[in-house]
Amino acid sequence: MKRNLFSRKQLAVPYIIFLLLFVVLPLFVVLYYGFTDQEGNLSFANFLAFFTNAKTIGTLLYSVVIGLLTTAVCLLLAYPVAYILAKGAYARRHAFLMVFVLPMWINFTLRITAMKEILTVLEGNLAYHPFFNTILCMVYDFLPFMIMPLFNTLTKLDNQYLEAAGDLGATRAQTFFKVVLPLSVPGIVSGVTMVFLPAMTNYVVLDMVYNSTYIMGSLIGSYFSAYDWHNGSVISLILLLLIAGVTLVSNRFSREQEARR
Amino acid sequence: MRKALEHAVIWLVLLFMYLPILILTVYSFTDSTMIGAIRNFSLHNYVTLFTEPELISMMVGTLILALAVALLSTLLGTMGAIGAFYSKRGVRRAVELANQIPVVNADVVTGFSVCILMIALFQLKKETYIPLVIGQTALCAPFVYLSVLPRLKQMDGQLYEAALDLGCRPSQALFKVLIPQIAPGIFSGFMTALTLSLDDYFIATYTKPATFDTISTYVVNATRGAQTQIKTALWALSALIFLIVVVTVILMNVRPDAEQEQGGA
Repeated sequence: MKRNLFSRKQLAVPYIIFLLLFVVLPLFVVLYYGFTDQEGNLSFANFLAFFTNAKTIGTLLYSVVIGLLTTAVCLLLAYPVAYILAKGAYARRHAFLMVFVLPMWINFTLRITAMKEILTVLEGNLAYHPFFNTILCMVYDFLPFMIMPLFNTLTKLDNQYLEAAGDLGATRAQTFFKVVLPLSVPGIVSGVTMVFLPAMTNYVVLDMVYNSTYIMGSLIGSYFSAYDWHNGSVISLILLLLIAGVTLVSNRFSREQEARR
Repeated sequence: MRKALEHAVIWLVLLFMYLPILILTVYSFTDSTMIGAIRNFSLHNYVTLFTEPELISMMVGTLILALAVALLSTLLGTMGAIGAFYSKRGVRRAVELANQIPVVNADVVTGFSVCILMIALFQLKKETYIPLVIGQTALCAPFVYLSVLPRLKQMDGQLYEAALDLGCRPSQALFKVLIPQIAPGIFSGFMTALTLSLDDYFIATYTKPATFDTISTYVVNATRGAQTQIKTALWALSALIFLIVVVTVILMNVRPDAEQEQGGA
């Protein structure tokens, strides 16, 4: 009897091979290109060039600023919405949440096009407020990704905590800042990780809204599309480091939260 | 007062999220070439959308690609989740770690790294479509894995053992006992993979053949000065996708409610 064929463990083999070949190996290829020169010799010149060039450093900072601003605005808009949906008087809150996350499933380039058309009518020309428009379109694109994790955390929050705080004499504001906000940190952290990195690297929104004038943000894109493999790899590695950092921090947050329970 | 404020916040944010797409939907049914101008009712955008060969091939191509990627991702991700869940702890940990990489990684980096792997190391041509399919699958399969895993945790592991004890072959136990138990997870993984592929720009742009366009890459190119006719036909496409998404969401949310009511009765 061939008992081993189709055993559960063996099913992982194709996926493990797939992950090794197309997820893990590409990272090593990027690592190789980042630390070699055109002749394939080990070199730190690519990194040195990146960190000594004002333009590339500026690009990185600009991307971080756009990412941070988008994340902050999303958080400020999404928190009240998620809070009202989760704790307010809305009867069918899950159905209501669906209405808020539904735009997520419409192709993002089409949604940005829609926003662009509206802004063109309102402002006359997109070139008057390029930075404002960029942030607006970014927020429009990423808002559902912030609302969802916040809602999930806030619905799980036990109402008895809020009642207890009220009974013990806390004002509404005190209850919010001392009870609700600290307990919703895991939702904030996961929302921030879902928005910050994609917003930082989404140069397509920049490209579309700025109407193809030169912008710092799309420099990342231009390295990649020019197939400048060495410099593209350097940027990839820097982004990977950033991502690893953010992931570690958010993991620590969720672990602390679990430990506290 | 407080209630009124709450309603105002909810409706203002909804307005922000829906107004652009709704206005575009309305204007897709006119012969106007600009938002704001008042014009007559017309279906010419929809006629263009379904007669212009360039647009048809872009839509059909995107759909076929998304289906292929979603099927491949579902197969790989589901098998991976089942296999890893019942493997030794070390193996499971390693798979979970590697699985997490495309989930947290920026799509630009995923696309770029798969692109140089395929072209520099494997010497594959983009015209074979292999880099595109593999690249998107590398993004989507981990999400299938993540949606199947909770179902495996919830499932009673003894059911599978019982099936074996009762004389099932492992393949029978797998297809008749295990897979039906985790089917909802597999389905939602498939849907996630489908939407990720349909939404993807970054991986497609680095790995696609030069002559092939997905909706995303096509729209981005079209914003760099397309003909007005194409531009307004894309409004019709937005309206159609909006409609499809709304109907799908309603259908998928009505059904579980009905089941719950049946269960309660």
